[in-house]
Amino acid sequence: MKKIDVLKIKEAFPVFKKYPQMRYFDSAASAFKHQSVIDAMHSYLAYNGANVHRGVYGLAAEATNLYEEARQITADFICAKNDNIVFTKSTTHSLNMVARGLEDLLQAGDEIIVSKLEHHSNLLPWLELAKRKKLVVRFIELDQGMITIEAFKKVLNVKTKVVATHHMSNVMGYITPLKQMTQLAHEVGALVIVDAAQSILHIPTDVINLNVDALAFSGHKAYGPNGIGVLYMKKHLMAKLSPAEFGGEMVDKVYLDGSTWKSGPYKFESGTPPIAEAIGLAKALAFLKDVGLDHIHAHEHELRNYVVEQLKDEKGITIFNGHGQTPLITFNIDDVHPHDTASFLDQHGVAVRAGHHCNQLTMDYLNQDATVRASIAIYNTKEDCDELIKAIKDTRDFFHSL
Amino acid sequence: MDLKTLYRSVIMDHYKNPKNKGLLNDDTYLTVHLNNPTCGDDLVVQLLIEDNTIKDLRQLGKGCSICCASASVASEMLKGKTVKEALSLIQTFYDMLTDQPIEDKKILGDAIAFEGVGQFPARIKCATLAWKAYEKGLNPLEGEQNNE
Repeated sequence: MKKIDVLKIKEAFPVFKKYPQMRYFDSAASAFKHQSVIDAMHSYLAYNGANVHRGVYGLAAEATNLYEEARQITADFICAKNDNIVFTKSTTHSLNMVARGLEDLLQAGDEIIVSKLEHHSNLLPWLELAKRKKLVVRFIELDQGMITIEAFKKVLNVKTKVVATHHMSNVMGYITPLKQMTQLAHEVGALVIVDAAQSILHIPTDVINLNVDALAFSGHKAYGPNGIGVLYMKKHLMAKLSPAEFGGEMVDKVYLDGSTWKSGPYKFESGTPPIAEAIGLAKALAFLKDVGLDHIHAHEHELRNYVVEQLKDEKGITIFNGHGQTPLITFNIDDVHPHDTASFLDQHGVAVRAGHHCNQLTMDYLNQDATVRASIAIYNTKEDCDELIKAIKDTRDFFHSL
Repeated sequence: MDLKTLYRSVIMDHYKNPKNKGLLNDDTYLTVHLNNPTCGDDLVVQLLIEDNTIKDLRQLGKGCSICCASASVASEMLKGKTVKEALSLIQTFYDMLTDQPIEDKKILGDAIAFEGVGQFPARIKCATLAWKAYEKGLNPLEGEQNNE
């Protein structure tokens, strides 16, 4: 397979012009922004700035075109149609929208399946919904930090109405067997709602093949801007789901005793949408498509394996996801708090995430208060990894010498 | 300041040999629980106030070494102080971390070791958690005095 030219790719990320020595291993929290994203957003903000779907003048039509083009590019990226795509402000916003929207369709005693690997954004909306509607929440038992079909079958039953799961865990990096889970869930008539925030930039997403009912992701982890999220929904779900937010743009006819809503994605896009951000997201996805997710994955996987190989037999370093297929490495230095580790790595110019990663249940599962997470992205080099490895060993040596 | 120097000085000493650690099952102590949800630092402090003076303090928590060491140092520094003195010392500690002018640095005692934390803005919250907890316990007492 053709290797990607990392140094050339790095040149398209202006952040490295300001911080050429930056060893950035926190892309799973927020990735740096590609130049094409910045240029497109700048172009709209500087030379347009009109609203969408409203004005009848040329500039507004141009804004609408740019925004709707972005919807088409986003849809194409996940093999959907453009009227399956709702623009939101974030993955969290998307998932809350589904959970709120399902409220009228669920009854006391209905069951929801989640796992202890969910990011809080795909856990709390469901726990809150369950509380409001007296639903039963069932957790898939994890097998070495992974979701397995066997464990999923144990909690799935005829009362299951919703299965909310991630595509790629933001702590363990493991991939959920979505296709099989969806098949089983549909057999009992349950909806499958997917948090794809982590996977969207690493694994090709084909919503038709996966057959999931809804899928959410956002721009900022995919080399795009923050403030933009995506909610893919099947048409039947879109039609049934109540809007959670009301206001301009989403309304069809206003009546004092009950208004009617627009159809399709517009029902869920109240108010002026994040226009520049949608345009930026489309550029980020175009960049990913252009380089090719398979090439990106090969590059990231090679670096991940390199780091894991170098660290796995080191004394005093525990890696929690040694067998991951994705470029997240979750670890701790024994007896050193992750925040202390992260501060020391920062002194080496190495940026990692330390904490519970918005995932307190997974921390409980690992029996850790917090962990360090190094996430590898398209612009990371082998030299970055060498610095990371060196910084981790140096930090361990320092603390263990005290 | 180099981070290693910062850790090597008082911080690791207090982290490894914390003072006034462990809680008492005693109603005469005032108990305050504070946590930092972003990083998981979680701390309980106890204060025994008699005659408007802090007679004893206890602390127990989990967190990074800066947080735990700071809780230990704070417990030592605040013991024996009047409520008013203690609140003033706590404020001086915050001022030190945010690089505000301080009249008399000597009153900070061992807590001066945390001065360097101010250079690591992401860690200031770790250093102040214990002091915030003690402050939370003391503030109402100061309020009561003001009302008298």
